[in-house]
Amino acid sequence: MAQPVTMPQLGESVTEGTIARWLKAEGDEVQRDEPLCEVDTDKVSAELPSPLAGTLEKILISEGTTVDVGTEIALMAVAGEEESPNGESPPTEEFPAAGTEAQPVAAGGASRSAAVRDAGDGHSKVESAATLRRTRSSPVVRRLAAEHDIDIRQITGTGIEGRVTRKDIESYIAEREAAPAAPPEPETVEREPMERERVAVHEGDRVVELTSVRRAIAQRMSASKREAPHAWTMVEVDVTGLVGLRERVKEEFAGREGVKLTYLPFIVRAAVEGLKEHPVLNSVWDGDRIVLRKKVHVGVAVDLEDALIVPVVRDADELNILGLARKIDEVVRKARGGALTPDDVSGGTFTVNNPGALGSVVSTPIINHPQAAILSAEAIVKRPVVRDDAIAVRSMMNLEVSFDHRILDGGAALRFLNTVKKRLESYSPESRVVS
Amino acid sequence: MPAKSLLQAIHEGLAEEMRADESVMVLGEDVGHAGGVFRVTQGLQDEFGPERVMDTPLAESLIVGAAIGLSVNGMRPVAEIQFADFIPPAFDQIVNEAARFYYRSNGAWNVPITVRVPYGVVPGGALYHSQSVEAWFCNTPGLKVVAPSFPADAKGMLKSAVRDPNPVLFFEHKKAYRLIKEEIPEDDYSVPLDRAKVHRQGGDITVVSYGMTLHQVLEAAARISEEHGVEAEVVEPMSLYPLDRETILEAARKTGKFLVVSEANLTGSVSGEIAALVAREAFEWLDAPVMRLGAPDTPAAPFARPMMDFFVPSPEKIESAMLELARY
Repeated sequence: MAQPVTMPQLGESVTEGTIARWLKAEGDEVQRDEPLCEVDTDKVSAELPSPLAGTLEKILISEGTTVDVGTEIALMAVAGEEESPNGESPPTEEFPAAGTEAQPVAAGGASRSAAVRDAGDGHSKVESAATLRRTRSSPVVRRLAAEHDIDIRQITGTGIEGRVTRKDIESYIAEREAAPAAPPEPETVEREPMERERVAVHEGDRVVELTSVRRAIAQRMSASKREAPHAWTMVEVDVTGLVGLRERVKEEFAGREGVKLTYLPFIVRAAVEGLKEHPVLNSVWDGDRIVLRKKVHVGVAVDLEDALIVPVVRDADELNILGLARKIDEVVRKARGGALTPDDVSGGTFTVNNPGALGSVVSTPIINHPQAAILSAEAIVKRPVVRDDAIAVRSMMNLEVSFDHRILDGGAALRFLNTVKKRLESYSPESRVVS
Repeated sequence: MPAKSLLQAIHEGLAEEMRADESVMVLGEDVGHAGGVFRVTQGLQDEFGPERVMDTPLAESLIVGAAIGLSVNGMRPVAEIQFADFIPPAFDQIVNEAARFYYRSNGAWNVPITVRVPYGVVPGGALYHSQSVEAWFCNTPGLKVVAPSFPADAKGMLKSAVRDPNPVLFFEHKKAYRLIKEEIPEDDYSVPLDRAKVHRQGGDITVVSYGMTLHQVLEAAARISEEHGVEAEVVEPMSLYPLDRETILEAARKTGKFLVVSEANLTGSVSGEIAALVAREAFEWLDAPVMRLGAPDTPAAPFARPMMDFFVPSPEKIESAMLELARY
């Protein structure tokens, strides 16, 4: 009996996925939980473990195709016994025709099992009536929701099992129309219009279809630039002491902790301290107000050659240099291994960008919208600088911040930058890194 | 205006049509000398004579067959089937002959007969005096099947049936015969055969019903309005075939919650046709699954009173179905 495998939901708010690569071919035997294919969603790639054991009978969705969550992507021929259908009791109606007294409906049998819907497991199960009642309600509620552009999950239902009834949605509409115009929903990902003028393609050109990660980056960067008025400022940081410190302890640190000591944990630590002192940089624009975040979840930009991904270090303010070094090492490894989950890349309140690792000395980063600001740490280079009216050779680093000028102004941005700068300049080769 | 029972109303309608039109006649088992088992035709033979009020043998095929023959020769016969349960012998005459005569003769002969059919469960009726057989005839093009539930409507519709050029099956719920009374207009009036009737306005649920269950639905509607604040729109189809689709659909779209109640065996019932109509044509207005309440798929009706009471949709079952729909 062939059972469908569907596109799973690989994280909250993920609504679609792209089949990046099939790891099994039609006809292959597949064990339960054996990777079936690679799926790209917004920002992450994941392997889809097979929900069933059997033979991959048919691939329904080809590589590179994007489908909604819940779409059937393959059919699996499930070996062995046919499971009895869950929750389906055989018909019990007794017809008082001659010779049929209390006649049971023929048990088992191919004809019946062919007619019942597959039992499967969570991945291939048809949604329950209770779920559909809550999420889709009824034809009239769906129609009214569509006409008035309403997500019915926002409405409190008074019907069976919390179902949104016609009256519920009608009173919701009435209330909404009576209320003053609500602030617009914070802009989410915008789709490019389907119809657009194509770029001329000349002989020898190569056309590359967007991966879902590339598309997500494009959409988010455009949305950020469109939405947030960017402003930018930069300070120079003398990190000679920090460089000396790192040179002194890095080998011992790597040997002891098993993690390479880079400058990034120091920069993140300094940024976290800056955020604590200047919380307006750890905030979100919300139309007619600003939400200052209590939690400090710092996104760390990781270059993946063909993409940029920003895993999040949660509660970064609770970690010391060692903790940050370990955590950053872990998420970078996961990012490079394609093993990030959607939760690993969501929830950031501030972003630290590290283009200096690639040799950049100046950059103007785009804010990771809807965050308030992004910090860029550039390459550390030895430069002749004036110290006490003498020219000295110092290890210098440019430190920049791009910020949403709706939320804060240059003064606040620079006060933050100076806090970070002071912290980074306070290290000397003798500083204790971690206890 | 004095209140009259369903039975009196039908009697009056028959008598008035016979007085008005000499071609109108009555035939059936015990309709003449005895005045009918329910006394619907009492006194008619005395007034109009044995040739216009004719006792027949116990042969339903003959009753309807003779009525067809008389009708195509200028008469307007009203045939009485003593109990709906006895109609199967006349099935061939009704379905194969009366229904198709006009079509088969390319419009040369129409069959203006009325077949009165007392139906429905009554205490003690048991297997041969209880059935609701209306669905058997509601997929036979050429027939009209009506089932008025109130005396005034029954009188007016009987007149329309007698005057109609087509064969009309006229279903009368026998439990309602003496139970349901209302004042009847004294003038000569008729009620169209093809119009459903909205008995009660309401915005919460819509219930369609006919026969005894209609009366119970109306009582339940008053009760749940008072006790639960649920307002039911109640519609009587009047004509079961063809259906007044517009009136039914308008009521269904008004509330989006739709229930059909009848005491017929549920599977393959007229309720199924009404439910299908609403499911298709009112889909975008629906706020709950289309529901039906009827008798189980066992023969109508058990003799033992508790079993009979279980068999028919009881007032309690009707009320709880209406509340379930309101709360959906």
